Amino acid sequence: MSTDTDPGPGITGDAAATDAKQRNKRARQVLFGCAAFTVLTTLAIFFVLIDNAISYFYGARATEMIFLGVEPQSAVGLIEFLNVRELLAGEARWAPEHATPSHNAWPIIFGTLAITVGAAFVSIPIGTATALYVSEYASPEVRSKLKPTLEVLAGIPTIVYGYFAIAFINPVVLGPIAGLFGINIGRYSMLSGMLVVGIMTIPMVSSISEDAMQAVPDDLRNGAYALGATKYDVSVSVVTPAAISGIFASYILAVSRAIGETMAVTLAAGFNANITANPFSEIMTMTAYMVSMARGTSAIGTIEYQSLFAVGLVLFCMTLMMNLLNDWFKRRFQEEYR
Amino acid sequence: MSDSPDSKRRADGGTATERTRGEELFADIDLRREHLKNRAFLGLIFAASMFGVVALALLLLDVVTDFYVGLTEFEISLVQFLTADGSRRPERAGFFGAIIASVMLMALTAVLSFFVGVGAAIYLEEYAPNNRITRLIKANLSNLAGVPSIVYGLLVLAALVNGIGVGPILLAGSVALALLVMPIIIVSAQEAIRAVPDGVRNGSYATGATKWQTIRQVVLPSAMPGILTGTILALARAIGETAPLLMIGALFVNRTPFGPFDRFSGMPTQIYAWAAEPSQHFIHLAAVGIVVLLTILLSMNAVAVYLRNKYETAV
Repeated sequence: MSTDTDPGPGITGDAAATDAKQRNKRARQVLFGCAAFTVLTTLAIFFVLIDNAISYFYGARATEMIFLGVEPQSAVGLIEFLNVRELLAGEARWAPEHATPSHNAWPIIFGTLAITVGAAFVSIPIGTATALYVSEYASPEVRSKLKPTLEVLAGIPTIVYGYFAIAFINPVVLGPIAGLFGINIGRYSMLSGMLVVGIMTIPMVSSISEDAMQAVPDDLRNGAYALGATKYDVSVSVVTPAAISGIFASYILAVSRAIGETMAVTLAAGFNANITANPFSEIMTMTAYMVSMARGTSAIGTIEYQSLFAVGLVLFCMTLMMNLLNDWFKRRFQEEYR
Repeated sequence: MSDSPDSKRRADGGTATERTRGEELFADIDLRREHLKNRAFLGLIFAASMFGVVALALLLLDVVTDFYVGLTEFEISLVQFLTADGSRRPERAGFFGAIIASVMLMALTAVLSFFVGVGAAIYLEEYAPNNRITRLIKANLSNLAGVPSIVYGLLVLAALVNGIGVGPILLAGSVALALLVMPIIIVSAQEAIRAVPDGVRNGSYATGATKWQTIRQVVLPSAMPGILTGTILALARAIGETAPLLMIGALFVNRTPFGPFDRFSGMPTQIYAWAAEPSQHFIHLAAVGIVVLLTILLSMNAVAVYLRNKYETAV
C-alpha cells in the first residue's frame, strides 16, 4: 500500500525478523482465543441452563451438589413437568407461583407451538409468494423499492411489533371480528400473537427464499420457455423446485425465530396459560412466562425462580434442534449450479 | 405458442394422421385457461407481496397517529418527555433516563463486542486451517445466531447478576447485548475482510511482511469501512432488544443511571413498561417513546448506509 522508505523490520536483521515472527504467532493465538470465545458462549449457555434446571428438579444446583455436597432431593419431578396423562385429560396446569402450585409445562409449550404454527401459516405462504414476485416477476424499479421496504420491516424492533399488536391488531382489527362471533375480546389474544409474529417473519422467509431463487441459473428458465412453458409454469415447476433447499431453510429459520420470539408475543398473546382452540382467548408462551417471572419479585433460589431455567432449557433445545435441522438440510440438499 | 407447429405442418401439406397427432398433442391445452391461470397467479403473488408493505404502512401509521394523539389529547410535552426521568405518574413521566441508559448500553456493547468479534473474524478468514476445530467454530457461530435473545438474558442473569452477585446493573445488560450481537459482527466483519482482494495481500507478503503485519497494516485498513458498517447495524439491532434486559431485571427503574454499575431501564424496556399499563395515557407515552427509538434507529442506519456508499468505491 504505502511506498514509505522505511525498510521495515523484516529486512534489517535476523533479530527483528524473529521478533516479527513471534508477534505473528502471538497475534494468531489471541485471535484464535477470540474465535474460541464464541464456542465458550455456547458452552456457558448450556452449563448455566442445565445447572439451574437441575436445581428445579432436584432442589440443588449440580455445582452445589458437587462442590458443596448438598444432598439432592426431589423437587419437581420430570414426569410432573411433562405429564402427558394430565395433558390428555385436559387437566394440565402451569402455575408455579400459585398458592397451590402446579408444574405441568404443557400449557406454555402449547402456547409456543400454537403461536409458531399460526405464524408459519402467515409468513410461509406470503413470504414465498413475495419471494417469487420479487425474483421472477417484478420489474427492476419495483424490485428496488420492494426489497428495502421488506428490510425496514425486518429491522423494526420486536417491542414495536408488540405495541402494534396491543394498540392496533387486537382492538381495531380482531375486536370487531370477534364481535361477529359474539366473543368479547380481551386485551390479549392468541390470533393477534400469530398474526404479529407472522408479519415479523415474512421478511426472513422472503429474503432468504429470494436469494435461493436468484441463484437458479437462467439456463433452466430458458430451457423451460423453449418447451413452451408459461411464466407460471417456470415459476412453480422449475424455479421453486430448483431453489427448494434455500426455501426450506428460510422456513426453518422463520419457525426458529417464532419459537424464541418474546416481546411481540408477550404484548400480543398475554399471560394466561391455558390450552384452548379459541383464537380470541388469551394464552401464554414459554417466553411470555419468563417475562412474567422477570416482572414479578420471586427470590433467587425459590422454585419459581429455578423454573425459569427449566423453561429456558426447553426453549433453547427447541431452537437448537431447528438450527441443527437447518444445517443438516443445507448440507443435504444443496444444489450446485455452475 | 402451440399454433406454430400446426401452421407449419399445414404449409407442408402434412398428412391427415400427422395433423390429428398434432391436434392430440395440444388438445388438452386451452390457451385462454393458461392465460387466465398466469394472470390469477400474478395477481395472487402481487397481492401477497403487498401484504408486507401494507403491514409496514399500518404499523407506522398507527405509531404516528398514537404519537400525535399523545401530544394533542394527552398533552405530552415533547420537551418534558425528552428531559424528565420516568415516573409512576403519567403526566410527569419522561424518557431521559432511558435514552441515557440506552446510549451508555450501546457504547459499552460496542466496546465489549467489537474487538472480540473482529478478532474472531480475522482468525476465521486469515488464519483458520480447514480442520475440525474451525468447522466446529463455524457451525457454532451459525447456531449462536439462532439462539433466542431471551436466552442470553438468562445466561447473564444466572452467571453475572445472581452468580457473581453484581445485581441488575448496566454493565450486565451490555454483556448480554454484546454476546447477542457478536455473531452478527463476526459475520459482517468476515464479509468485509473477504472483500479485500488477494492481490493486496500478496503485494504485502512480497515485501517480506508477516501475516500479522499484512493484516494490521494492509487488510484491516481497507476492510474497516465494511466492518464499521456491520457494527453499526449490529448495534442498531442491540438498541432495540428488550427481552435480555427484562430478564436481568431492567424494569421499574425510573432514574438516570450514573455509570456502568448503576441500575437502569433502557428505551425498549421503558416502552414495554408503558405499553403493558392498562391506562391509555401510558399507551400513548409508549407511542412517543417508539417514535424516539425509531428515529434513533433510522439515523444509525442512515450513518451505516452513508459509510457504505462513501467507501464502496475506495477498494
